[in-house]
Amino acid sequence: MTTITSATNTSQPPRWLGQRLKSLGESLTPSQLAANARQMLLPLLGILVFVGFWHLAAPQVDTSLGSFPGPAQVWEQAGQLWQEHANQRERADKFIAMQEERNARILADNPQAEVKIRNYPGAPTFPDQIITSLVTVLAGFMVATAIAVPLGIVVGLNQHFQAAVNPLIQVFKPVSPLAWLPLVTMVVSATYVSDDPMFEKSFLTSMITVTLCSLWPTLINTSVGVAAVNPDLLNVSRVLRLSFWTHVRKVVLPSSVPMIFTGLRVSLGIAWMVLIAAEMLAQSPGLGKFVWDEFQNGSSESLSRIMVAVLAIGFIGFVLDRMMLLIQRKVAWNE
Amino acid sequence: MSKTHLELTGVEMAFDTPKGPFVALDNINLKIQKGEFVSLIGHSGCGKSTVLNIVAGLLQATKGGCVLNGHEVNSPGPERAVVFQNHALMPWLTVYENVELAVQQVFRKSMNKQERRDWIHHNLELVNMAHAADKRPGEVSGGMAQRVGIARALAMKPSVLLMDEPFGALDALTRAHLQDSLMEIQQELNNTVIMITHDVDEAVLLSDRIIMMTNGPEATVGEDLYIDLPRPRNRVTLADNPEYVHYRQEVLRFLYEKQRKLEHISPRRSGKPETPEQEQSESRAARA
Repeated sequence: MTTITSATNTSQPPRWLGQRLKSLGESLTPSQLAANARQMLLPLLGILVFVGFWHLAAPQVDTSLGSFPGPAQVWEQAGQLWQEHANQRERADKFIAMQEERNARILADNPQAEVKIRNYPGAPTFPDQIITSLVTVLAGFMVATAIAVPLGIVVGLNQHFQAAVNPLIQVFKPVSPLAWLPLVTMVVSATYVSDDPMFEKSFLTSMITVTLCSLWPTLINTSVGVAAVNPDLLNVSRVLRLSFWTHVRKVVLPSSVPMIFTGLRVSLGIAWMVLIAAEMLAQSPGLGKFVWDEFQNGSSESLSRIMVAVLAIGFIGFVLDRMMLLIQRKVAWNE
Repeated sequence: MSKTHLELTGVEMAFDTPKGPFVALDNINLKIQKGEFVSLIGHSGCGKSTVLNIVAGLLQATKGGCVLNGHEVNSPGPERAVVFQNHALMPWLTVYENVELAVQQVFRKSMNKQERRDWIHHNLELVNMAHAADKRPGEVSGGMAQRVGIARALAMKPSVLLMDEPFGALDALTRAHLQDSLMEIQQELNNTVIMITHDVDEAVLLSDRIIMMTNGPEATVGEDLYIDLPRPRNRVTLADNPEYVHYRQEVLRFLYEKQRKLEHISPRRSGKPETPEQEQSESRAARA
């Protein structure tokens, strides 16, 4: 994670450089030019070398579905997946429009008639699966945050409570999502029984699995941050006789915001990784299911399409982390 | 003589350590009048901070106690405002907001919004920090941050102002500046102040009275010296005032002859000096 961060930080010229550029007009000293070029070119160079290596190495790897896809095939399949999505959209729009026309006709005959619009029954496309995954991961992550931050504050504030809870945290923290999944599935199907369900069961299963696996870093970091508030500041709070809530709101929380956000970023990364695995195993809609379906499909294009998914997963994970970083910069006082 | 404002009687402080109780203070008796500026001086580890923390209510004496204005002290409160050595400002609040946090808490009921705002500005002006009201503590120098720490404490209108080595972390020039400012403020407000220091010049320059403490463990009040120099005091003219020199010598004699600190400087690591250990146990206890 750190290497990615530093790489992107250096890809933008720092502020002082911008000021120097203005003051000097276009006349850059050779050393500045070189620094500028390094910052822009090195990441690009890294990507190019990787793609080149991939291009050369891929045909050497033979699988039962043909040789491993190179960058060109993957690029082609990415376009293909997008095309399929566009086609599907068009058909769905037509399907809805048709129903609306029909409903209008029925209502014209009989204004009391009950009319319905059915959703397009076609299979979800790659972008649809991405959106499902994103919604699931964000829901799971938010539930995890809603549990972990308050609990972390309580654990951090109270040493006795911390001593009681710590062994549980240490034991549950390293549990793999795959171990939780069957249990969560069974519990969800047994307890979430409703005629008109608000959520799909598969959505709940993946979401709860994500929550269970991703709340630990936030919980631990919050409790550490809360326990590490500068003792002088705690004394200030005591001298001022701040009430418990004011103390938490005005001293403890702001002081631990940097730690909490570090935890949140780790949690979100874990949530995203866990989700893909959960979807694959549980066959619940999302990117994981897409990968698994392509694997089962076993056509000559499957590997390329899986590779598209792999790159998309990585890129989305990266974007999610960046977004958390932006929020952190807005909220945290030490940025 | 005016009546006693603050009184410490038979104060003993023992800390539990794995090796049994460690008696840091033993039988401290002290009477302080209203408006008196008292310095506590002594070698590091002698329990000066412990005395201050007991008066602040941050620590509970194991024996004896502290009475302020006829009320026993058993918990911290804004009428005994503390200025900490490292300013202890909330780094996420601006200078103004730091003072506001205190004013909001103490005068929530007795002042309206406008009065509170004026009071905050008044205190910032008192320490010459009004110009930096919207800066964060990280954006101003250590001396400036300490000024804000003093403004925050003064804004609580304390009956006694407690200062724990307030200028100890500052460079010599900044320290002199702040000492002068403090003397001016003191002239104007006539607060009762207890200040901890290890700086002899600072103690003589600022104080009406210097309490010299013996070395720990079982530290107690060694000597009690009244500084009868006219105010306002000027550090430059005082430098060769025979009385000033005499007071200074008194304190130096106490610290370096009568209570000479024997530092265990051993070439090997086995002979661990006593002081840091003591200080650690003190600060640990203060946190608990």
